[in-house]
Amino acid sequence: MEKLSLRLWVRKMTRVVEKEITCIACPMGCKLEIIRDEDKYVIEGYKCKKGLEYGEQELKDPRRIITTTVTVKGGFLPLVPVKTDKPLPKGLIFDLMKVIDGMSIEAPVEMGQILLENFQETGVNIVATRDLPEKILKK
Amino acid sequence: MADVIVIGGGPAGLGAALEAKKTGAESVVILERDRELGGILNQCIHNGFGLHEFQEELTGPEYAQRFINQVKDEEIDVYLNTMVLDLTEDRKVTVLGDEGVQVIQGKSVVLAMGCRERTAGAIDLQGYRPAGVYNAGMAQRILNMEGYQVGREVVIYGSGDIGLIMARRMTLEGAKVKAVVEVMPHSSGLYRNIAQCLEDYDIPLLLRHQIQKVYGKDRIEGVTISQIDDQWRTVEGTEKIISCDTLLLSVGLIPENELSEKGNVPLDSGTKGAIVNSTMETGIPGIFSCGNVLHVHDIVDFVTKESRIAGRNAARFARNELPRGEEIPTRPGKGVTYTLPQKLMLEDPDGVTLFLRSDVIYKKARVKVKEGDRLVKEKRERLIVPSEMVQITLDPEELRELNGEIIVEIVGEKND
Amino acid sequence: MYDVIIVGAGVIGTAVARELSKYQSKTALLEKNPEVCQGTTKANSAIVHGGYDALHGTLKGRLNRRGVELYPGLSKALNFPYQQCGSMVLAFNDEDEKKLEALMENGRKNGVEGMEILSGEDARKKEPALSKEITKALYAKNAGITCPFNMTYALLENAMENGVELFVNTEVDDIEHLTDGVRVKATKRVFEGKMLINCAGVYSDKIARMAGDEDYTITPNRGEYRILDRKVGDLVSHVIFQTPTPDGKGVLVAPTVHGNIIVGPTSESVDNPEDTRTTKEGIRKVDRSATKGVPGLPIKESIRIFSGIRASVEGSDFMIEPSKANKKIFHLVGIDSPGLASAPAIAEEVRKWVEETIPLKKKESFIEERRAIPHFEELTNKEKEEILKKNPHYKKIICRCEMITEGEIIEAIHRPGGATTLDGIKRRVRPGSGRCQGGFCGPRVLEILARELKLPMEEILKDGPHSKLLAGKLKGALQ
Repeated sequence: MEKLSLRLWVRKMTRVVEKEITCIACPMGCKLEIIRDEDKYVIEGYKCKKGLEYGEQELKDPRRIITTTVTVKGGFLPLVPVKTDKPLPKGLIFDLMKVIDGMSIEAPVEMGQILLENFQETGVNIVATRDLPEKILKK
Repeated sequence: MADVIVIGGGPAGLGAALEAKKTGAESVVILERDRELGGILNQCIHNGFGLHEFQEELTGPEYAQRFINQVKDEEIDVYLNTMVLDLTEDRKVTVLGDEGVQVIQGKSVVLAMGCRERTAGAIDLQGYRPAGVYNAGMAQRILNMEGYQVGREVVIYGSGDIGLIMARRMTLEGAKVKAVVEVMPHSSGLYRNIAQCLEDYDIPLLLRHQIQKVYGKDRIEGVTISQIDDQWRTVEGTEKIISCDTLLLSVGLIPENELSEKGNVPLDSGTKGAIVNSTMETGIPGIFSCGNVLHVHDIVDFVTKESRIAGRNAARFARNELPRGEEIPTRPGKGVTYTLPQKLMLEDPDGVTLFLRSDVIYKKARVKVKEGDRLVKEKRERLIVPSEMVQITLDPEELRELNGEIIVEIVGEKND
Repeated sequence: MYDVIIVGAGVIGTAVARELSKYQSKTALLEKNPEVCQGTTKANSAIVHGGYDALHGTLKGRLNRRGVELYPGLSKALNFPYQQCGSMVLAFNDEDEKKLEALMENGRKNGVEGMEILSGEDARKKEPALSKEITKALYAKNAGITCPFNMTYALLENAMENGVELFVNTEVDDIEHLTDGVRVKATKRVFEGKMLINCAGVYSDKIARMAGDEDYTITPNRGEYRILDRKVGDLVSHVIFQTPTPDGKGVLVAPTVHGNIIVGPTSESVDNPEDTRTTKEGIRKVDRSATKGVPGLPIKESIRIFSGIRASVEGSDFMIEPSKANKKIFHLVGIDSPGLASAPAIAEEVRKWVEETIPLKKKESFIEERRAIPHFEELTNKEKEEILKKNPHYKKIICRCEMITEGEIIEAIHRPGGATTLDGIKRRVRPGSGRCQGGFCGPRVLEILARELKLPMEEILKDGPHSKLLAGKLKGALQ
């Protein structure tokens, strides 16, 4: 008995909470604990499948959906809102922003229209998130 | 003349108009002051909308576009660039728009005007009043819809969601966000937004901190911040100056009910919106209210849900089909700052969803609906925070069994 | 060569300009800021004092009373808001009551009519929001409220229509004496005039020194204020003063002509005439004093706090006198309260002096009247129809809190000496002065300013010369 509980105690002590992250898969915002258990990492604190997936992804390759705007010529508004259609590796966020900063497209734009394809071979496309008709010139 | 006049073409107005049409209202009119439908969603270009409504994650404009497309398919009259000047108890709506001044008689009216931001003046922000002090939502519109940057070195006051979203947005566009300063011991925004908007970009969140002074006569040059204690007193020796050229305020939203007041609609001092019964009818028969003009929501999906109730019952009222019956009051009890609706109509064929907000954070919480000592319904929640609305539903049978005042309370482990 | 150069375009400078524009004189009005009405005139109590308070035998005593006489006619001719709503000075005890007696006696000597001392009960009948603790009140029928901004713009527009030339962004750097007048160097320009009138407010001592007069010292005195939402504007209908103390007339609670309530000011000497900061202590003092007389004051309904600087001097009377160095220069120094109430009378005073130095001949073609920019919400239905037919810009509401149309904003830009800044629009036609404080209309107003002035949006200023609102175009900055 003594021996066993000691072993459990040692095991517990070697479990280190490496990092606490907030799950962003939904507005619940669960706290996920990334725990190093001897040689492997374990995720705890998730409340659904999406949460586990997010934690695992965050561990090996953190990615984010990026939303921003692209300059539009001749549009009802000077910009059209856009998003990445898939999460983008975090390290590429500012590279993407720089590319988008220099982009300019012509109106009209339709929601879902791809404005930039396969950014840096990541498979991530930039798509418009609203319709943007042409500017109607008033007399 | 119209069956249902919907004032406001944001998410609440769009949802109400569509539901009114679906319920059988023949003529439905949306009055929108802006140049297009969609309301504030048009400037909320970030994602996170629609998880409840569409089971997928959409951006604000996408969420709006789905409803706008439906409105286009229905025969709903949309008046853009149209400001409502006046509203009477007998549902005459005076508007100013492309056709000049017009009076439209509605069989019923849905108020869906949304909310506005609290300002520097309302929070007694001290020091100078220079250029570069913006409400976060105003800055969001300038960036996302007009295409201008408001500044390069930014401090954000208040950790409301708009402030957090703008911290990320301005960072992505090349600005340096130096800190988010929050007077409360917890953020007033969603946890996920702290993670993905602040932590991702190493933006410090300074809880229990206050801005003491604003510097800069013409354009803001900096702010003095300091820590505050539980009694809101400055902690000596913690004052420091952060230089910045921009201060964004994200210090709360207020339902915009000036028009409702013109129509003599009674308001609740807690929600700052109309007092409604479970059909979303206000104290004035035939005038309904929903969305952020009724109470400030944190998730648009719930605005949509609420707007459907308002739209459906506005259509019923217009067709003389609105069920009438005994009403009983609801009241916030322990741990609850407000409950909505403030009155339950016992004969409501749809049952009712009670919305409520907690006063502080509770862990392992139970939400209890009580009639005197009798427990009517209970719901367990792992975590309840003031920034996230709680819902609890009573079905038609449960409703019919009630006969006295209803008290809603939260019990659980208080956590700050 | 100009006949008269006026330095400073606050309410005093524009009143003087308008008075002189009645005569065949060539007048230049110099203002260092991007717009007129940016010093003391833009931040004060907006009160036309009854005239009982200013000490008998002083310039203030005489000019305040004369000013009050001129207001009804002037506000009518120039169509700016002015309401004779009456004022009350409150007493809480015997000592205060004695002060009321003294004030009334002083008022009588100044020639002020329509004063009476009311019992506490009668005072509360007239003004139900007053505290039950009040024992007596000095009521003055002829005290009133105005809009110092619109008064200044009205004076300016009318002056310009009658030939006065306005130069903004024009700061006086140097004054030289000529045998027949003065030469003024101001922001890379040179103006020569037969006479110079120094109406530079908090900087009038600085301008005097440039002219060689070292005897003036302005001690800038800051007053902090609070403005409450229009929805509680009905709470008081008179200007309510506490009993005066050595610090001055104390904190007042008053309605504004736009339906808000103004509360303040404090009184505090500051080193820097630009120090328009508000402070926690100051605002707390305002709240405390105001709620003493009006206990139910809903401070929660505050929409703005601000502060202004009085151009105070030691000795406390107005100093309106010729320069010792050059008789063709005239200084107006120490124009603090009741400067606004006295402004029309001060202008008369200056004109009399000018007349003694250079011949002034009445202008046959003088246009006496000026019409305010029509405020759509206040028009009758018939007027609304007419204006909509004439000007489609009135169909579009830009400011939802104050119901301001695009038509009003465009007109504010194109009037003589028109608005070029966001706050200039706000002071003229009020978008941004409501409860949302420009949160919704700000971007729209910017857009209209840029379009009408044919300037890039990012060049538009909030108020002061370095108060750019935008940091540039969003896109292209990351390259």
